[in-house]
Amino acid sequence: MSGYLANWRAENDAARVWKGGYRRYDLLKEVTIAIGVVLGLVVLLSVLFSSPDERPSTIAQWSRQMPLDFASTAVAELDGTSGLATYGPPYNHNAEGQIEWFIKLQKWFGVSHPINTAADYVLDPLAAIPGRPDLTRAISTYRAAPAKRRLAWASAYANALAATKPAPRVVRGHIVLAPGGYGPVATLMNSLLALAQSGGLDGALLTSRQFFQTDYTKPLLFLADGSQLDDRAHAEHLLGEQWGMMNETGSYPGQVWLWLYTFWYQIAPFNSSDNSDVLVMTVMSVLSLLFVMVPFLPIVRDIPRWVPIHRLIWRDHYRSAAGAE
Amino acid sequence: MSAAAAGGPPAAEPAMKPTWTGRLRAAALHRWPPERLLPDVQPTYVASWIYVFGALSLASLVVTVLSGSVLALKGPGWWHFTSVGHFINSTHMWAVELFFFFMVIHLWGKYWMAAWRGGRARVWMSGAVTFLVAIPCALTGYVSQQNFDAQWISTQAKDAFNSVGIGAFFNLTNFGQMYSYHVLLLPVAVLGLVGAHVLLVRRHGVVPPLERGRVIGS
Repeated sequence: MSGYLANWRAENDAARVWKGGYRRYDLLKEVTIAIGVVLGLVVLLSVLFSSPDERPSTIAQWSRQMPLDFASTAVAELDGTSGLATYGPPYNHNAEGQIEWFIKLQKWFGVSHPINTAADYVLDPLAAIPGRPDLTRAISTYRAAPAKRRLAWASAYANALAATKPAPRVVRGHIVLAPGGYGPVATLMNSLLALAQSGGLDGALLTSRQFFQTDYTKPLLFLADGSQLDDRAHAEHLLGEQWGMMNETGSYPGQVWLWLYTFWYQIAPFNSSDNSDVLVMTVMSVLSLLFVMVPFLPIVRDIPRWVPIHRLIWRDHYRSAAGAE
Repeated sequence: MSAAAAGGPPAAEPAMKPTWTGRLRAAALHRWPPERLLPDVQPTYVASWIYVFGALSLASLVVTVLSGSVLALKGPGWWHFTSVGHFINSTHMWAVELFFFFMVIHLWGKYWMAAWRGGRARVWMSGAVTFLVAIPCALTGYVSQQNFDAQWISTQAKDAFNSVGIGAFFNLTNFGQMYSYHVLLLPVAVLGLVGAHVLLVRRHGVVPPLERGRVIGS
């Protein structure tokens, strides 16, 4: 061990000062030429391949193209069974979030972007519609009912939407289901569908106490609970199991440098764990730290000495040194 | 002829207590004398194509900043509805792709040279941290695009950030916040790190070749 350290120190010290020859070199010229080359390459790639710009999905588009999927998502937001409603921090307290050993960072950092899915996505936007006494009554009835009753209505509605016999239909903008104990939920869902198809829900979910808006958290997370984003992403090879983070739409290269991060999601135990995100982030944090600390890691810092790739890089130097000897 | 007599500012008298400014200047000149900061000679061993990739990474960063500055000057929506804007966006995207491509080759090259030898550990570390900070810098750009890619990437990537608590204060679905990070905070961090990296390279010089046998036997 002491021999290894002595060698390492000697080699380290030998690299401090160069006592050999020098040659002419123009730093400014090299950087200028490099900028010219990159600029030319960038212009060439831009002319040949351009860049992707697929139009974003909207709630209006989603509700028109997939009204039943929209209604299924909305009723899940209403009865608190959607992915977002059961997400936990930073959106709500309905779950602890991901855990690693006893460390619950997701929970400890708290709910910083609170979302009440029933109120924010269904009841509040509907309550803002004027001149609809039937809707006002339906909202009042729903809000006044005990939680168990509300859940029974919403569950019955969700089951009817998922049924195959009779299959749900949309007739002139109304969802038609087999008769059932839906209470006011049928009125709520049909009204929400109409609001969404008119484009009103896109605006309603952006509204806050101020005029200017830059936070798309609510509409984006609502869209993400539905199937439209997933379907588009699948068609564009962007899903997680398709190494999606590395691609952009239209098969353009995306964040290719995230290949290692994406890799972990493809293998066990990460691809089947409920805590896959926190596990992958931990692995990547450790690997990132090791990457920065390479100069201090025995074996890792010795590999370049053992594998003679440096003989290729400095072949002229070694050749002239051998000739001199 | 003294500086004052020549019309320049008078230098502080030697007996006077040194100022902060004077100390900073002395320290900077000690570490980076002009011939080291802007060299016109290099050791003879600096003769391989692999050395070009550091300069190419730097050049890609320059083109990325220039194209990004045009996009920032025109506002985040401009490139969606003008052909010139779309072209500038394309140059920005390809400059970023090249920046990472050149940076990865540069990093591998430096790894195989064991470029941290001779007191150059901080050179490696500043380069590695630059690479790591460039990743969220690019990510915030991808989620600021205001198109389907931005919708998909932000809603997918949020889970990783949320799982470790970062999502509580770094919200990928908040366009305004991500845009601020992308056009100001993270580019300033990347440029600062690259500046520090280049200064460290200039201070310590390019690492000499591995001299196997000579060291072990000596």
